[in-house]
Amino acid sequence: MGYWLILFVVPVGLILAYSFFRRSPTGGVDYTFTLDNYVRAADPLFVKVLVFSVRTALLTTLISLVVGYAVAYFIATRPQRWRTPMLVLVVLPFWTNLLIRTFAWIVLLNNEGLVNRILRGLGAIDGSLPLLNNQFAIVVGLVYAYLPLMILPLYASIERLGRSAREAAADLGAGPVRGFFRVTFPMTLPGVMAGCIFVFVPSLGNFIVPDLLGGGKKIMMGNLIQQQFFQARDWPFGATLALSVLAITMVLLIAQAWILNREKRLIAHGA
Amino acid sequence: MHRSRLLIVLSSFLLFALVAAACGSDSGDDPGSDGSSSEPAVPLEDQELVFGNFGAYTPDGFLEDFAAETGVDVTISEFSTNEDMLGKLQAADGTGYDVVMVTGNYLQTLIDAGWVAELDHAQIPNLSNLYPEATELAFDPGNVYSVPYTWGTTGLCYRSDLVNTEIDSWDDLLNPVAELQGKVTMLGTERWLLQPALLSLGYSINTEDPAEIDEAKNLTIEAKPSLLQFNDTDFYARLDDGSASMVHAWDGWCNYAANKNVEFVVPSEGSDLFADTMVVMDSSENKEAAHAFIDFVLAPENHLKVAELVLYKVPNAPAMEMLDPALIKAYPNMGISPSQLVTYEEDLPLGTEGQAAWSQAAAEIKAA
Repeated sequence: MGYWLILFVVPVGLILAYSFFRRSPTGGVDYTFTLDNYVRAADPLFVKVLVFSVRTALLTTLISLVVGYAVAYFIATRPQRWRTPMLVLVVLPFWTNLLIRTFAWIVLLNNEGLVNRILRGLGAIDGSLPLLNNQFAIVVGLVYAYLPLMILPLYASIERLGRSAREAAADLGAGPVRGFFRVTFPMTLPGVMAGCIFVFVPSLGNFIVPDLLGGGKKIMMGNLIQQQFFQARDWPFGATLALSVLAITMVLLIAQAWILNREKRLIAHGA
Repeated sequence: MHRSRLLIVLSSFLLFALVAAACGSDSGDDPGSDGSSSEPAVPLEDQELVFGNFGAYTPDGFLEDFAAETGVDVTISEFSTNEDMLGKLQAADGTGYDVVMVTGNYLQTLIDAGWVAELDHAQIPNLSNLYPEATELAFDPGNVYSVPYTWGTTGLCYRSDLVNTEIDSWDDLLNPVAELQGKVTMLGTERWLLQPALLSLGYSINTEDPAEIDEAKNLTIEAKPSLLQFNDTDFYARLDDGSASMVHAWDGWCNYAANKNVEFVVPSEGSDLFADTMVVMDSSENKEAAHAFIDFVLAPENHLKVAELVLYKVPNAPAMEMLDPALIKAYPNMGISPSQLVTYEEDLPLGTEGQAAWSQAAAEIKAA
């Protein structure tokens, strides 16, 4: 309770409070009540950026889910002694700074980068593919950055499921595809939801990847918030924008809780 | 069951670690007051200094030389940017530092907040080394609060082996010739983002007129399709790897490109003038040492080391005379004369309304 108060309620309360004040001429907070920040945030510009951010984060989440599910399934179905080393390999990149790992993608994806040179060497392309400074690069960077957050909860629920449910489905005549979509996937839904939220939420707020890999030509909510705090030094407006991202996150968490509850009730009623 | 919970908890921790990392919070080097109460009567050699400076901005051996000369120990506390510095000062209400580096257009913020002390020129005899131009900068005429450490301008930095046209206008960046399409980068920071367009249109780089800002914004949006990227971190590396042929660059940073064909030019429409300056904090209990430190920096042999390290000009006449001519040949920006430099317009602080308009324009350009 105490932790909850200190780590969540106080910071969010501060952001909420700042959003009703104005920027002082020196870049501090002038404690005069105003709703101007909310009027500014309703500008079509910010709605446009929000839509782009949500779409990019959704795409990132979807790709992470497909790739992450395959990886988690593979690891969970290996013999016990292989699982831990494999999971360590999944988590290993986290020990390097995100900024450095993002710069590494610039080295890989630029016009004279490794990917383009290999493709050219194979004769697959002439010239260069535009792999950097666009939405493609942003999604690649985000998927790479947050994939482990998808794999871990998925692994947890697939492993918990064990072989018995899959075997039962097969015995009752479900082919591998039907067995997967009717049994395995629904029963790992809690892991799927957790993974999706773990990937979607930080993707929405990330500003390093759009800046470095997207070349700053496409921006996300994180960039706008960063711009307000670090360049304009307008904390009240930055706080207002941050709240909009927070609101989306809250809606998602509530939706997740609602869906999981419904599943539980269905199971309890013997569906 | 238990293990899967553990994994979810583990991944939540990773998530928070990531979020913290993405926010770039750099804690750890907060300079607290050191507890040694120093009355005005404390002899110089018993005083200590905390010097707040940008990273990689203090020459090697600088502090050791100062300690050997005066007996004063200096601790460096690094900032990444002016905004970072302001944030740290705001959090501590201007305490915790004795000498701080600040870019000229941010100085007024520190003065308004009451954080900086007026300088006692009698304690800084080396002030006489400054170029006369450096004593009359608009953000602090007469060096009442600040002493410039470096000064510079912004221009176009390009690979002469890849650019076959003459580069002498901001339009060369905003509306590049066919061979430069997709091969140019622009600074993306609010303060510099609008400058090429404003200078090309003949407006002040400190304008707060909504119509002028709007016009510059539209011109910049039109230039966006021909940009490789907005870049204010490693644009010089883009020249080296050949993905860019020309970049919008601060003069000193142009010198960080390794390629030998890199040239720097200030367009004919003019440019901006910025200066990083040293100030003494009002809360400092070691003002005598703080003044002595500034005087030490202004000694020609010391200020020369600053120029050699950061490859920006220093506003110190005898120091610049001592500069190796080979360095000026290799880095032509080092040869821009003070009288030329002051023909450029100084970056000045914007008012609240103006700041909001600039901010909105920057966001619209980026989102376009």
